[in-house]
Amino acid sequence: MIDLSILLVIFVLSSFIGYFVVLGVTPVLYSPFMSISNAVSGIIIIGAITARGSDFWNFLAVFLASINIFGGFAVSSRMLSMFKKKEHKN
Amino acid sequence: MNLIYIYLLCICAVILGIRFMSSPQTASLGAGVSGFAMFLAIVSDFVPVPQNALYLISAIILGALTGSLLGSKIKITSLPQMVALLNGLGGGAVVCIAIGDMHIFSFALVIGSIIGAITFSGSAVAFGKLQGFLPTFNFRLLNPMVLNSLFLCIIAFFTIMLHHQIPPVYFSALLVFSFFWGIFMVMPIGGADMPIIISILNALSGWTSVAVGFAQQNILLIAVGSIIGIGGIFLARIMIKATNTSLLKLLNRPATGTIAEHTHKQNAQTISAQDAAFIMKNADKIIIVPGFGMAAASAQHALKNMGNILRNKFSVDVKYAIHPVAGRMPGHMNVLLAEADVDYEEVFELDDINREFSETDIAYVIGANDITNPDAINNPQSVLYGMPILDVQKAKTVIFVKRSLSSGYSGVENPLFFAPNTFMLYGDAKKMTEEVDKFLEQ
Repeated sequence: MIDLSILLVIFVLSSFIGYFVVLGVTPVLYSPFMSISNAVSGIIIIGAITARGSDFWNFLAVFLASINIFGGFAVSSRMLSMFKKKEHKN
Repeated sequence: MNLIYIYLLCICAVILGIRFMSSPQTASLGAGVSGFAMFLAIVSDFVPVPQNALYLISAIILGALTGSLLGSKIKITSLPQMVALLNGLGGGAVVCIAIGDMHIFSFALVIGSIIGAITFSGSAVAFGKLQGFLPTFNFRLLNPMVLNSLFLCIIAFFTIMLHHQIPPVYFSALLVFSFFWGIFMVMPIGGADMPIIISILNALSGWTSVAVGFAQQNILLIAVGSIIGIGGIFLARIMIKATNTSLLKLLNRPATGTIAEHTHKQNAQTISAQDAAFIMKNADKIIIVPGFGMAAASAQHALKNMGNILRNKFSVDVKYAIHPVAGRMPGHMNVLLAEADVDYEEVFELDDINREFSETDIAYVIGANDITNPDAINNPQSVLYGMPILDVQKAKTVIFVKRSLSSGYSGVENPLFFAPNTFMLYGDAKKMTEEVDKFLEQ
């Protein structure tokens, strides 16, 4: 399987990328940004799908992560639609 | 092997999605790209169709229905608690994975489930407090510092005990303690510190994904998890700076929030809505400073209306000034003003507008208090000393829309209330602004 050192390299590098890309987020959009990153943290769903655990716990994990994803995107798109309204009027 | 390339695509999409959040014009595209990444990641896991595919798909669909329903039905005023709630679910999912998958010892999964349990219970408490059914509670028996250290030691002890094998008893104990730590950690945190704690919980939900990624040797979980984790810490750091505190201080200080009313030696000058409307329409420049009070009263539409009348009918220059920690989540005020259709180009952040107060006729402070307290600059004895504030005291006239003279979250009296150029407009933020609107329209 994948070597631990490679996983560490990926971890450190993506932390750096994450920092610099988040630096560019405008303060106006901090709320929708947080909501989207919240939805994206539902990525744990793939960990839940590939887990070899018991059916019940897998089901529950996938269910919770799925609420996280869909709820997160629903909230984000509602927030973002508020920022959009103005543009159409102008 | 092919899966790795798909994962690479997903990681790039997530990074691009955040990149698109740099401007309100491209933000929706960003959400779309992130959504695409999630979709791709989920679908790719079903490519060699797993045995329990039907089972998993029904779980996804059930979650999708629940999530979409929750997300679309929630009221605008409840957005912060919704974000908190959803955050916790990710942590809950990790705990479930760990419980189901604990046949072989995995240090990463243990760490992941500890963070996951803290995220889950901490978010649940944050949700309860924002929703208003949990009070800010101070555990008087133990100093928060002692309590936190105690939990840390207990959890470290159980983690060491787990080495090499997993006696279910130890693992359950570990989860229970982590769960309670989350509760005890968030319980004493007061309303104004909520943006910080929500950001931290957001970061934790990312770090749990990283831990699971290490356990399952999944690069997608590691990469995306660490980006989210860093993002949350980044936001928390901005908020922490804006309140002049530190994470350790925040978590270890006794609860504030329930503070007895001060006895006021001085009298504050009051103003009626009619007079406020009169001086405002004769002004050249007005800066509106919203705080949590505006959110609590849903005054943003009345406020937008006021700004419109002032600008269109009396050609007053109207701007909005936002302090980083105003409200209950990062960017809370921006979202509410956007909801009321205020153009985001009229809305300014602390650093961009602070110099303009000295040339402003009226600062209209609605539902904010501590973020305007001049003691933060002038009084080294004040607990607020050193915190960056909006310099409303430099405006020629300050109007405070407030229900009473009570102190803000910090528990400190605001000397600005008694300044010679300050007028108090007592009442509910929404009702008072609507009344001002009424007089402006006449």
